[in-house]
Order: sequence, then structure tokens, then C-alpha cells
Amino acid sequence: MSASVTPVNLPRATSGGRVTQSRVALSEWTKLRSLRSTVYTLLASAVFTIGFGVLASAITASRWPSMTAADKAEFDPLSTSLVGVNFGVLAIGVLGVLLITGEYSTGMIRSTFAAVPKRLPVLWAKAGVYSAVALAVMVPSTLIAFFVGQSFLASKHIDIAFSHSGVPGAVLGSALYLTLAGLLGLGIGAIVRNTAAGIASFAAIMFVLPPLVSFLPASTSDAIDPYLPSNAGAAIMKIGHQAHTLSPWVGLAVFAGYAAATIAVAAVGLRTRDV
Amino acid sequence: MIDARNLTKKYGEKTAVDDLTFKIKPGIVTGFLGPNGSGKSTTMRLILGLDAPTAGEVTVNGKHYRDHTAPLHEVGVLLEAHAVHTGRSAYDHLLALAQTQGIPRSRVDDLIELVGLREVARKRVGQFSLGMGQRLGIASALLGDPQTVILDEPINGLDPEGIHWIRELLRALAAEGRTVFLSSHLMSEMALTAEHLIIVGRGRLIRDVSVADFVRESSKKIVRVRSPQAAELRQVVLGPDVRVSSDEPGVLEIEGLTADQVGQAAADNGFVLYELIPQQASLEEAFMELTRDDVEYRTGTAPVDPTSDIDKHEGIAA
Repeated sequence: MSASVTPVNLPRATSGGRVTQSRVALSEWTKLRSLRSTVYTLLASAVFTIGFGVLASAITASRWPSMTAADKAEFDPLSTSLVGVNFGVLAIGVLGVLLITGEYSTGMIRSTFAAVPKRLPVLWAKAGVYSAVALAVMVPSTLIAFFVGQSFLASKHIDIAFSHSGVPGAVLGSALYLTLAGLLGLGIGAIVRNTAAGIASFAAIMFVLPPLVSFLPASTSDAIDPYLPSNAGAAIMKIGHQAHTLSPWVGLAVFAGYAAATIAVAAVGLRTRDV
Repeated sequence: MIDARNLTKKYGEKTAVDDLTFKIKPGIVTGFLGPNGSGKSTTMRLILGLDAPTAGEVTVNGKHYRDHTAPLHEVGVLLEAHAVHTGRSAYDHLLALAQTQGIPRSRVDDLIELVGLREVARKRVGQFSLGMGQRLGIASALLGDPQTVILDEPINGLDPEGIHWIRELLRALAAEGRTVFLSSHLMSEMALTAEHLIIVGRGRLIRDVSVADFVRESSKKIVRVRSPQAAELRQVVLGPDVRVSSDEPGVLEIEGLTADQVGQAAADNGFVLYELIPQQASLEEAFMELTRDDVEYRTGTAPVDPTSDIDKHEGIAA
């Protein structure tokens, strides 16, 4: 490059000062919005959540006249319109992983920890900023998925009203589930520090564990199954208590516990491990 | 001021830094010199608290780096192999670092201007050349107007103009009373930039010496002479403490006499001299000899590649 030699006349810093939690949060917000990959992945999680929910609702509505009585009895308008959440979870979890492993793979983490050598404020800031951003994207996404999905189902009069007891909680709770999945991804990423391993671990915990457990004897698998992370979290998408599942908010609380525990393990490692 | 006391770092069985003790004083440029894999980068990571020492400790301006409340104002650092996310623009990278301690945007603009990156500041860092990456690293090092500046191999990838620029910059920083500590594996570069040297080999301190002293003790007096009567001159000057070598016809390199003595000898015998040039012995050679000795001392009789294991480890960590 042909930059001209600037005379050495270092400008003095006029202000600036201590590292604070809110300053680190602002820095993490800058990092989040300044990467194309975060924007695209957030977009993908919204598209999955809305798209698959609407698609499932539209297909169900068109097939309704030819469906068997047994299928009709199993049909749940709420969870049908929210089925995309299960796919949105993957995108938002992957982004959670990337938020931290992207720093390890590029070496940025050393600049980050040189600026904030106490390290933990960085983890709290990432978790806080990502939660806020994920919630801001996922609340509208689950609402759109629900209302557009129900509008398709309404053509066959098989829809459910938003005012129906438990529905607002399920729709907004699904957005919380997505956000918590992002935090779980962040925690896993901070522990394994490698993008491929982080995404694989997240996908294994969320999507591979349930079919694996189903190979166990029924008595054992029925006892474990409701507590698997994805099953516990997905309980929020249904109204009322179903067989072999946790009730909606208990399930979400269990899932939040997994996310919190993962972040806690990540925090201990972050504090003590070499970068 | 950087104060390392018995600093030791082991990665498993490998000792990357071995009982290093040194003080880096403010007001001068101190060079950290050693072959690749001698523990320079590891030492710098230990200073910044990125890695924890196995034994010993290191403080910056009187405290462990982690305990400073405004770290970027205490220490500015350029880490080797760009510690930058390649998907982010130079401006956003600097802004994100600045925001962690309330450093204003105007300061980011000033530094982008200072290092000459204004036209590419909005481009993603992944598209940068090595030299542009180094300039970005220097901007991030100076962001907090730091009292201590630590630069790992800052010359790498810079063009001659950039090298000249950074030399001037480092001298100016030291002249302002700051502590300037930079690593290199090039003795010749250090001789031009630094006033003091910390020389390491295989993680151990070999020398803690001023550049002037190192130059003085390692320079052999060599005088280069070009003469049509070179062969005759050779016979005249040869003596018990004088060695003469010749790489090309008509040219002698005389070791053990001053230029004055050689000129006098030529005049006494009526020889014609076309050139009479006193030369500094190669500092690079002196440095290599120093570190080679250390490696041999450390490993006994078997020849060992000094860059093998520790270097690999550094590669992974970097």
C-alpha cells in the first residue's frame, strides 16, 4: 500500500477510563452488528421460525378434508404454527456458538482479553447483548408464525385464538426458548472454543440425544425423555400437560437451567484457561 | 515498566519460558531478541495475562495486568498473527476495543489517520495485506494512549517506508517517557531501533545488555581494503594477531588492525589504495553465535532443531 508517512505526532487521548460492564456490553453490541455472518444467521433463524410454521399450517389446512380421524384428533393448531421454532433453534444456537468461537478461530479473543483482562465481563456482555438481540428478533418471529399460520388454519375453522388461555404464554415462551437456545450455544462455544466442535456439540445435545434415548428400555426412556434439553424446552409450545412431557413453564425452566449451567461452566473455564 | 521475576511457563513437558527475570525500563526502546521458538510470544502473552505462568510472576507498571482498571491506557499491544476478526472492518474493530473503556470515536479516527488506513478503514480486515494488518495492529496498540507499548514482531510485512515510519514512531514514544518493548528475530533491525536488548534462547535469558555494549563487545575490527597491490599489502600487514581474507582479487579484509594502521602501512610501502573502509562486524553473526551456544549448552552433544517443539506449540496458541 502507499500510505504516506504521517509525521509522528501522536494525539493524546482526551478521555477514556475504566472498564465497566456497560462499556463492555456496548463493545459487544458493536461486534455483533459489525459482522455479516451474525446478521445472516439471525435472519435465517427468523425465516426458519416463520417459514416452517406457516408452511406446516398451510399444508395441514389443505390436507384437512382428506385426513383420518386419528390424525385430526392429534392435530394441535398451536404447535403446528410454531413448528418452525425447532428449526429456528438450530440457527440461533449456531450463532451463539459462533459469537465466541469466531473470536478464538481468528485470534480476536486475545485482543478482547487484552482490553478486558478480567474476562468475565466479556462473557456476561455477550450473553446479555445476544439475549436482547435474539429476543428482539424472535418475539416478532413467533408472533408472525402464529398469526399467519392461524390464518391458513382458519380457512378450515381449525385455528386457535390468541386470546385462548395459554396461547400468549406459548407464543412468547417459544421466543424465550429460542433465546435460551442461543445462550446454550454461547456457553458450549465458550467451553469447546472451536466452531465445528461447538456446532456439532450443540446439534448433538438438541437433536441427536432424543432419538438416542428412545433406544433405551421404555421405562428408562420415559423417565429421561422429558428432561432432555430440546424436549424440556419444546414443552412451552403446547398448552396444558401432556403425557411424558413436562408442563410448559417447568420445561422451559429446566431448559433455562441447562443454559445457565453451561454458561457457568464456561465462566469457570474462561477465568482460568490460557488463551 | 515491565518487571518479570523468575517467569516460567510450561506446556505439558515443554518449557517455553524458563526462569526469566528482567526489567523493561521506561524512556527507551527495548528489544526482545531470540530465534523463532525461543519463547518471545509466550512471554508477551504472560505479560498480558493471556496465559498464566507456571511459576514466577510479571507486573506492568507495578500491578498484574489483570488488576489494572483501564488496561488499554496502561499497555498497548500488537500481537503477532493479527488478533483481529477477519470479517470485521478496521474501524469497527478499533471501535469495539475502544468502547470497552470509554475511549471516544474521535480517538479511533485519529489513529486510523495516524497509521495511514483511512481509505481502507471500512473494508473487512480479511482483505488486508500483511502490512495493512500490521498498521491496524499498531493503531490498536496506541488506542488507549498507553504508558507501555508491547509489539510482537512489528516489522513483519511492512514495506521499507513502513519500517522507517515505525522506527520513528517507537523512538518518539520512548522519548515521551513511555516503556517500549518489541520483539524480533532480526538483530540488524534491533540495532537500528532499540537501545537495550533482552536476548533469549530456548526460553532462557542469555543477555540483558545495552545495544551499545553489545555492539562494542561483538564487533571485530575489520578493515576492507581495495588496492592494485593487494597481494603485496597482505604480506606486509600479516602478523601474529592479524588475519587477512580475500573474497575477490584486489580486495582484502583485514582483521586485527585499525584503518589508520593499514593506511600507514600502505603509505610506508608506497602502495596505492582505492578503498580503505573500517567495517562493523555483523551483529547478526554475533547474535547467532550467542544463541547457538545456548542451544548447544542446553542440549548436550546431540544436535537439536531449536525451533521444533516450542515453535509448534506457539503456532497452535497463535
